[in-house]
Amino acid sequence: MRTPAPATVAPVAPAVSLDLESRAWIEALGDQGAARDDAIARLHALLLRAARFEVGRRRPTLPHLRGNELDDIALEAADDALVSVLARLEDFEGRSRFSTWAYKFALLEAAVKLRKRSWQGREIPLEPESWSLFADRGSSPEDDAEQSELLREIREATESVLTPHQRRVLVAIALNGVPIDVLAERLGSTRGALYKTLHDARQKLRAHLAARGLAIDLPEGGKRHG
Amino acid sequence: MDERLRRLLGASGPELTCEECFAELDRYVELEVSGTDADAAVPGMRGHLEGCPACGEEHESLLALVAGEETGT
Repeated sequence: MRTPAPATVAPVAPAVSLDLESRAWIEALGDQGAARDDAIARLHALLLRAARFEVGRRRPTLPHLRGNELDDIALEAADDALVSVLARLEDFEGRSRFSTWAYKFALLEAAVKLRKRSWQGREIPLEPESWSLFADRGSSPEDDAEQSELLREIREATESVLTPHQRRVLVAIALNGVPIDVLAERLGSTRGALYKTLHDARQKLRAHLAARGLAIDLPEGGKRHG
Repeated sequence: MDERLRRLLGASGPELTCEECFAELDRYVELEVSGTDADAAVPGMRGHLEGCPACGEEHESLLALVAGEETGT
């Protein structure tokens, strides 16, 4: 475990009352000396559990990584998440349990590291080489015709209405499946900035299709209970 | 095909940013696990989760982790 700098963690003044377990976490982490050291060790164990959970979920998609590499990624993720959690303790408002709040940092760190490791050394496809994969068959000849027209319009619109940067980002993420944080690292950008670019590009495409009277109302996706 | 079109066109309604999604994710997941209408409580979250593959994956993981703890699995 990487030892975080001795922190000057001010006790949090939550916006809502905390449950007992969350309050115990906040008080212990705001304590001093051995009590705080013990709380940090317990927090690291909690974060490591979440990081290992994420690694376990993704393991089937990462056959080229050995077990000890995955263990190292989980440990690094827990270390980095610990630093993030301690630095952002004052952001915890008690709107969830502390453990749920802390878990998301470990899951994020582990997911980002795994996506980057998965794409390490791979070329990032920025060209629309996968359009043909979208032209599969629908459920009926009528669907085929409608979807073919829609795809043709979308493909043409990516060339005619998007900026080069919007086109690269849309193609890489939405068409070629490049993870957004991998793309952000390669382009020297951030996940938030790239998602805004992607969102703007999608809005432009939707407006373009609507202006041509093409129906683009998609059924609501299923909820992701897992 | 719908899934592929959704990847290209994203959600039609308003949606959160990645930063807003991360800030709300823990509360959203606990509402889901408790059976509360999380989408009503956090407008724009569902649209973002469907439009952003990375945030969508992280949501699935947190939901699975917390739901698993609730059920003891």
